[in-house]
Amino acid sequence: MNPFILILVFIVASIVGYLIIKNVPSLLHTPLMSGMNALAGIIILGALMVLGLSGFVTGSAARLTGQILGGLAVITATVNVVGGFGVTHRMLKMFDKKKKQSNHE
Amino acid sequence: MSNTLYIIICIILSITVLMGISLMSKVKTAIAGNLISALSVLSGVVVTLFQYNIISVWNIYLYILIGILIGSVLAVRVKMIQMPQLVALLNGIGGIAAALVGILSLLGIGVVERRYPAFESGASMLAIVVGLVTFTGSLVAAGKLHKLLPQRAVILKNHTAMLKISLVIMTGVIVLSVFPMDNSCWTATLLIISILVSSFFGYAFAIKVGGADMPITISLLISLSGVSGAIAGMAVNDLLLVSVGGIVGASGLLLTQIMCRAMNRKLKDILIGKRSISKTDTFSGEEIIVDQLQDEINNGVTEESRIEELPEVKSDAEILKSAKRAIIVPGYGMALAQAQHLVRQLADKLEANGTEVKYAIHPVAGRMPGHMNVLLAEADVPYEQLYEMDAVNDEFAETDVVIVIGANDVVNPAAHDAKGTPIYGMPVLNVDQAKEIFICNFDLNPGYAGVDNPLYKRTHGVHLLLGDAKDSLNGIIAKFN
Repeated sequence: MNPFILILVFIVASIVGYLIIKNVPSLLHTPLMSGMNALAGIIILGALMVLGLSGFVTGSAARLTGQILGGLAVITATVNVVGGFGVTHRMLKMFDKKKKQSNHE
Repeated sequence: MSNTLYIIICIILSITVLMGISLMSKVKTAIAGNLISALSVLSGVVVTLFQYNIISVWNIYLYILIGILIGSVLAVRVKMIQMPQLVALLNGIGGIAAALVGILSLLGIGVVERRYPAFESGASMLAIVVGLVTFTGSLVAAGKLHKLLPQRAVILKNHTAMLKISLVIMTGVIVLSVFPMDNSCWTATLLIISILVSSFFGYAFAIKVGGADMPITISLLISLSGVSGAIAGMAVNDLLLVSVGGIVGASGLLLTQIMCRAMNRKLKDILIGKRSISKTDTFSGEEIIVDQLQDEINNGVTEESRIEELPEVKSDAEILKSAKRAIIVPGYGMALAQAQHLVRQLADKLEANGTEVKYAIHPVAGRMPGHMNVLLAEADVPYEQLYEMDAVNDEFAETDVVIVIGANDVVNPAAHDAKGTPIYGMPVLNVDQAKEIFICNFDLNPGYAGVDNPLYKRTHGVHLLLGDAKDSLNGIIAKFN
């Protein structure tokens, strides 16, 4: 893909993201931060790609490097995604639980 | 999968991610928003597997499984009080993943055919540098929050100079990598230099940040990990990676800005490690408090709460019972003492007496944005009772009782008039306008900013309850019986 398109996508995504976050109340900043952190785990896509494609590389040294580093990248990125979304979910459930309780009272 | 279809899917998934984030701006829809974001990432994974025709590579699933196991254990086991360090740790882990992708991309392993080698190799190097800075920086932040490392700002010899030199070297390496050479020795040298220097830079910049600036540092690091993902996406030509990484990068930056404004600090000052403390370096009041509290907790010694105004006990009780409006101001001390449940009990007692209770949350109370909100939510405090600073600040004048729990700088009226002090001009909660103020702090040392709090010296209307917040709160609650 043309580098200019990629840079353009990056800029547009940044601006839109910036505008959307502006509305979040500080009450939700911690869940938002951990949600963002989970989304940063999107690097898993890149990790999957290099790991998957490195299996087809010619040259055993390069393949081994690809498998080791790519594997590490997939593991770490998955931890980031799963841990991040999991923790965010737990935090948000606490906000919600309390809402239900106060309705009962 | 055809290219057009792939691009359309990427656009759709970017939009769903944005939707997920925007749903997270309201409590009611936040859970759904988080799930939508998570599903978008999952769909992104599936799409990627198809797009590069690697769905049958079996070891991918093995690694994913390992990641899922570790990740879910972390997510389920962590206590709410440990949330800030977990977020920092996960963030660092994401950073190293970006750096690893960058390294492989730089070496040309596991990437699709190169058409713009200069761009791709430069982006790879940039991803390595940003990813590693995120990695070591986040690890240091997590270590500080977990008290494995000293909380105060650590200054190394020639710190600023070393940071500047590292910055120059990193820039140089990135520029050089834009001119790819078919010399693997040259590439390897550049790679090793970049790994060493950027790891050092992340460490050196984070170690210099004091405990109270951590919220800013963490949101900055989150922004960086998003950016590193986006750049790695440019290196390996992955559209979805670029767009989601960009979204995370920008929103992290915005959060950082909000934090900085609330703390009256400039991002630049924090980055170059300019300290807000006007006192000598030997002062580390906060650390002492932390250590003492930690000792107390460890030894199980519940020091009898040093309530010094025994003769006034009766009047304290009367003040509390007759109050019509009360505002509770929590701070990092509440988090340290894990006193949020007692705070809730106190609020219940007050409400049972017909007192209207509100919580005033300063934007930078605690160690990460919204830290207090999460802790209070854990104690089942209804979020309708939590008020942001601007929404509640005018109400202090009509408030009968303010109860401060482990907060100092954010309620220090010196910010209004003590020119030349680090907190001058910082927006603070106007607790000094209330009729009666109860302060449950550990001791009378100044807060992180090192500015004495004139409230402590006021003779009327201020009730100091020193010691562990749990004990002080138990003391107050006992007065209702």
